[in-house]
Parts: sequence; structure tokens; C-alpha cells
Amino acid sequence: MRPLFALSIGLLFGAGLCLSGMTQPTKVLGFLDITGRWDPSLAFVMGGAIAIGLVLFHRARRRLPAPSARVDQALVAGSLIFGVGWGLVGFCPGPGVAALGVGEPKAVAFVVAMLAGMGLQRLFAETSIAARLLGGSISTANDCTGGVTA
Amino acid sequence: MAIDWLNFTPWAALAGGLVIGVSAGIMALGSGRVLGVSGFLSGLLETDAEWTSRAALLLGLVLAPIVVGAFVALPAPEVDAGWATVIAGGLLVGFGTRLASGCTSGHGVCGLSRLSLRSAAATGLFMAAAVATVFVVRHLA
Repeated sequence: MRPLFALSIGLLFGAGLCLSGMTQPTKVLGFLDITGRWDPSLAFVMGGAIAIGLVLFHRARRRLPAPSARVDQALVAGSLIFGVGWGLVGFCPGPGVAALGVGEPKAVAFVVAMLAGMGLQRLFAETSIAARLLGGSISTANDCTGGVTA
Repeated sequence: MAIDWLNFTPWAALAGGLVIGVSAGIMALGSGRVLGVSGFLSGLLETDAEWTSRAALLLGLVLAPIVVGAFVALPAPEVDAGWATVIAGGLLVGFGTRLASGCTSGHGVCGLSRLSLRSAAATGLFMAAAVATVFVVRHLA
């Protein structure tokens, strides 16, 4: 992938995050707060992204490996841990990085902590105790950085 | 359940969502890669031939609010969580997304668009955990 292509995609993706309201933690939490005063906007973000995504990814299906159907302990535990962090702050990785651009100091702290968490997971995955605890099911595969399946 | 009509912005959300889907789709068509921000971020900790491209995509993401802000007035992000919560949340998000090999972009947008069962499970679980967390923080704590 050429760096200029990657930069353009990052700009476009980030513009989408800004327009949609995903870079506003208060708005994200308003969506997640289904028993309070619920703001359904983010369902429209997901809906819009997937509607066009279905078409484009279908066209790109030969360029990508077939998606995996494997649901293992690492996927389940990781997704639950991620969800708790997302619910605490209102940032998921993309919007957290985009919020760096407006100089939000808490976004800086969030992104640094996120990188530390990623480093910790790598350490954890490399220790034999963790591998035994999770039955050796920890996947070091990178679903989402090209190549392997998501 | 009561809808918050004051903050509900369906058209901006839909438009932003379409742009997100288009960018992920173009990347898949153009480079055969899945746009997953957590994967790109953790890839910064590695040095290989793709490092520059990953850094370029993340740079684009950082520059996006500056570029968009030059044309449209964007509200500054409001983070209600305190510093300790922000750091704890960041650690959990980093650890969890790597363990699950993906986040809202890789599993939520790209995975669901690819009709991946694995990504559908991940998305259902992280949404449920996030909803439960917000419920505890806002209504129980």
C-alpha cells in the first residue's frame, strides 16, 4: 500500500468520523445509554457505513481472504474488555486518534494508554501462564491489518 | 427508553457513516486490506515494510478534524470522564482490541460488511459490554 493512498484513506475515514459525531465521546455515550435519554444517531452511522460497505466489500471479495467464522475465547474476552473501556470513556481507537488532531489533552492520554494496553497484551500473549489459562487460544493474528481475516 | 430528540442527528450520522464505508471499501478495493484502526495502531510497534503506510493512514486520521474543521464548524470533543478513567479506559481498549484482533472499524464496519460471523460476534459483544458499562456508570454508581 502506497503511503499517499493510506494518507488519503485516513483523511477520508477521519472526515467520516468527524461528520458522523463519532469523535464526540458525549454523543457516543448518549447512544450507548439506551435506558437513559437515548440518542440513536450512531445506529445511522453503522447503518450507512455497512450499507455502502456491503456493496464495496462484495466487489473486493477476491482481493481479501474469506472471512473467518472462528469465535474463540480470545475474541470473546477481548471484545468484552474493549467494550468496557469504550463505555467508560466514549472513545474507540479511530475517534481517539482523530481527537488528537484537535489537541484534546485527554485524547493524548487515551491514545498513550491504548498503546500501552496493546503492548501489555503482547507481553501477556507471550507468557506461557496466559497461554495455559486461555488454553493456548490466544491469537496473535492481525485480523485487521491487511492480510489475515477479520 | 426515551429518544433524545435534542441531540439526535440522523442525517449527519448517515452521511458520516457513508463516508466511513466508502473509505474502508476503497481501501479494500485498492489494496486488499481491511481498515482496522486498532491493527494499524499496534502495527506502529513493529518495524516492517508497511510501517510508513500505517503511519500515513494514522496521520490522515489525525489531520482529518483539522481539514474538515476548515470547512465546517466542528464542536470540540467533550470528555466527561476524569483522567484516571480515561487512562484505565485506554488500557482496556488497547488490551481488548488486540486480544480480539479488531475494534469498531475492523470488526464493526469492515467485518459486518464482509458478513463475517467472527466479526458479528465481536461487535455484538463489545456493544453489549459498552451498553452495560454505561448503564452501571450512569444509573447504578
